[in-house]
Amino acid sequence: MAWINAIIQGILTGGLYALFACGLSLMFGVMKVVNLAHGDLAVVAGYIAIGIIAVTHVPVLWSFLIVVPIMAVLGYALQRTVIQTALDRSVLTTLLVTFGLSVVIENGLLQFFTANSRGIGANLALVTGAFTIGSQISIAYLLLLIFAVAVAVLLGLQYFLSRSKYGRLIRAVADDKEAAQLAGADYRHVFGIAAAVAFATVALGGIAFGMYSDLDPTTGTDTILLFAFAAVVIGGLGSLWGTLLGGIVLGVAQQIGAQINISDELLAGYIVFLIVLVLRPQGLISRGAQS
Amino acid sequence: MSLATETTARPAEGFRVTRSQRNVAWTGAVALIVVVVFAFFPYIIYSGTTSILVQAFIVLTLASMWNLLAGYAGLVSVGQQAFVGLGAYFVLILALHGISPFAALPVAAIASGVAALPLWWLVSRLRSGYFAIATWVLAATIMLVIEKFSSIGGGTGLPLPGFAGMDPTLLTAYTYWAGLAVTVLSLAGTYLLLRGRIGLVLTAVRDDEVAARSSGSRVGLARLLVFVVAGIGCGAAGGVLAISQLQVQPSAVFSVQWTAEMAFATIIGGLGTIEGPIIGTIVYMVLQQTLASYNAWYLIILGLVAILVALFARRGLWGLIDERLHIRLFPVGYWLRTPDTANRGRRSG
Amino acid sequence: MSASAASGNEVRGDRAADGTPLLEVRDLVVHHGQLMALDAISLRVLPGEVYAIIGANGAGKSTLLRTIAGLHHPTSGSVLYDGKDVTGLRPERRATQGIVMVPEGRRLFGSLSVEENLKVGATYARQGPWTMERVYEMFGWMRERRNQPTAQLSGGEQQAVAIGRALVANPRVLMLDELSLGLAPVVVQRIYGMLPQILGTGLTVLLVEQDVSQALRVASHIQCLLEGRTTLEGKPSDVTADQVEAAYFGLAGTAASPAGEESEA
Repeated sequence: MAWINAIIQGILTGGLYALFACGLSLMFGVMKVVNLAHGDLAVVAGYIAIGIIAVTHVPVLWSFLIVVPIMAVLGYALQRTVIQTALDRSVLTTLLVTFGLSVVIENGLLQFFTANSRGIGANLALVTGAFTIGSQISIAYLLLLIFAVAVAVLLGLQYFLSRSKYGRLIRAVADDKEAAQLAGADYRHVFGIAAAVAFATVALGGIAFGMYSDLDPTTGTDTILLFAFAAVVIGGLGSLWGTLLGGIVLGVAQQIGAQINISDELLAGYIVFLIVLVLRPQGLISRGAQS
Repeated sequence: MSLATETTARPAEGFRVTRSQRNVAWTGAVALIVVVVFAFFPYIIYSGTTSILVQAFIVLTLASMWNLLAGYAGLVSVGQQAFVGLGAYFVLILALHGISPFAALPVAAIASGVAALPLWWLVSRLRSGYFAIATWVLAATIMLVIEKFSSIGGGTGLPLPGFAGMDPTLLTAYTYWAGLAVTVLSLAGTYLLLRGRIGLVLTAVRDDEVAARSSGSRVGLARLLVFVVAGIGCGAAGGVLAISQLQVQPSAVFSVQWTAEMAFATIIGGLGTIEGPIIGTIVYMVLQQTLASYNAWYLIILGLVAILVALFARRGLWGLIDERLHIRLFPVGYWLRTPDTANRGRRSG
Repeated sequence: MSASAASGNEVRGDRAADGTPLLEVRDLVVHHGQLMALDAISLRVLPGEVYAIIGANGAGKSTLLRTIAGLHHPTSGSVLYDGKDVTGLRPERRATQGIVMVPEGRRLFGSLSVEENLKVGATYARQGPWTMERVYEMFGWMRERRNQPTAQLSGGEQQAVAIGRALVANPRVLMLDELSLGLAPVVVQRIYGMLPQILGTGLTVLLVEQDVSQALRVASHIQCLLEGRTTLEGKPSDVTADQVEAAYFGLAGTAASPAGEESEA
């Protein structure tokens, strides 16, 4: 029974990972940017939420409404300035710059918030309560809620990309940005929109994580980035719902690892990631190796 | 003139290919003198300063390795801390079996190079972004695996044995010389590697990968070699780290901070030049020493400067100097002297 | 080296008197790295005409069009549109001003359907007679298959969608880069057969074409490029096949200039 509980936990955690992964996938799919600071941005969102709640005492669920738009604007700004400039130089530069951002953000957080971990607490029954079935199965309401939010976000993204004007532009620019220019679209602006969306989703993920677990300055790279990446890789590049599948596989693998040995949760996830890299690197193989 | 006439209208003789603009022999002599001077430091300088210099040696070694990877082979690895840690742990393991850590150092370096082989197999086919993440995951995984073995300290680490009864001044001196030796060997090794065929292959790839591959260059082999050499270098630096810290702690030796430091130092100094890491390490040390009391600030500032340099001064500080003065202390490129530009030459590489 | 090449700087006297050009290029010099692709090219496209640029591979034709579209920066020289200097304008701005190019190789958006491709073209469209409906009318088969992914279309059908995508933006100058590439002659003819319809709505067409006879059939004015320089310019009715051949291949010795112009010995 404990195993069933673990698997259910794993599946639901997959929703959280999908929230992290979809933004990463979007930025790579559209701009070909591997944002090494992706996880840290989730942590930043969480810390902003913590700060806002501490200062204004708004209800926790309101923090979503405030932080997500802030992060979206930040995403647009960062994309139009720093990331676009890096893209104009080379792929290498983009990697270096996002890595630099990651380190700067982490150490900045360390400097201002210390290394102590913090959580986003809430006294709502919604957040702290859980379903219990029998004595061994306990499903936190929060986890269910996060899963539901993840599914809703993915549905929203799918609708946005397939039906809306900007969604179409994003897909067009991702296909061929020169041809999009010839059609009158400024691809830098479209990139900015895509980044804004990515940052918004990662902000959601960060706040959710902060409510579910604790945040500290290194959580971004230790946990979030690698799992976001793993979810994208496992689920298949370019697939939105694939990130959910990947997240679920990852979550389940982690929980199984934890059942074997409680301290192996992280390691299990990493090993699954490495196995996938070796066995199924579609879309990851460099062009040279294919010839 | 069209291209057709441009290439046939002038005679082939009159063009010369030379290694450098000026005679490099004097640079070599200066370098030798510098090394000898540095070797004398333990006799004339306080141990506090020599340990700072040991830190500098570690960063310089790491930076020159990272430069080799990213600046020449185009491999952006953010997991080199794996080799730093492996080098430290190899020294620890050998020391636990009674071997002097100093004697263990070269063995640990070679062992790190050997460890690089299976890791390369795992990541070599990946495109740049995925390559970077994969190296990061590998480093994290290796650390977690090592932490499971309590015989080498588990999660908390162990002090490094083998120094019992050694005179502290002597220990400091030996540590210093070990660091100096590792650094000199790394720089010299990098220079020699790049001067040879491997360097030519890598520069060709850097300029145009498809053309390089189709002309038959052994690109994959060159990259593998670079990865292994970097593994050796970073492993050696890790060994020196262990010796200088007198202990080996997993969270310290496997910290991603090492990659941050080596990457930033290289970028600021100048990616793709051998002199770059030297300048970058100097900048790093200056920042670190002046801001040491402010905790994470030096890394923040270093990171911001590195970002700005990557965006706006791609060839770093050395690139700026080079553009003005056309100096190459370590020439690995070629000069093409045409008859009408006999004194200026046109540079490639 | 052809000694009878006409310098691109000279504009023929009777041409200058035809009125203000809608699109003009002056002494355009374009480099690809160190290689000079265009050597002081000039041209003037008058409203309502079909201006064809011909020449062998590597002559610089597509480079010229791409530079006019804004995808390539000239080393020197200028591009003028409706009298205004647009040399510094970004490509998307030129498109919204009315210079729209159908690029070489179609370049449709692969993950979008036929209709979505048109919709993208219409996103920043100017006011004008062209709508998606009108494009569907012009290409009868398209309406039925508008939700299909473009990869399922034949080469000719893809070309039609690419043209449609450009038309719905309501350009004033429509640029066509190598329409015939990879298409069967029958298909090419059918597509060029649409030109009158397009011109009928007030557009001006500047096209690049490797198929010389096709170009001569549809153009009201032609210009031949060779190694980045103009070797011939004039109305199709004013040039002989021999002159065109000589200009195309850069053959020395033949009088490769249209009536009225001096040839350089």
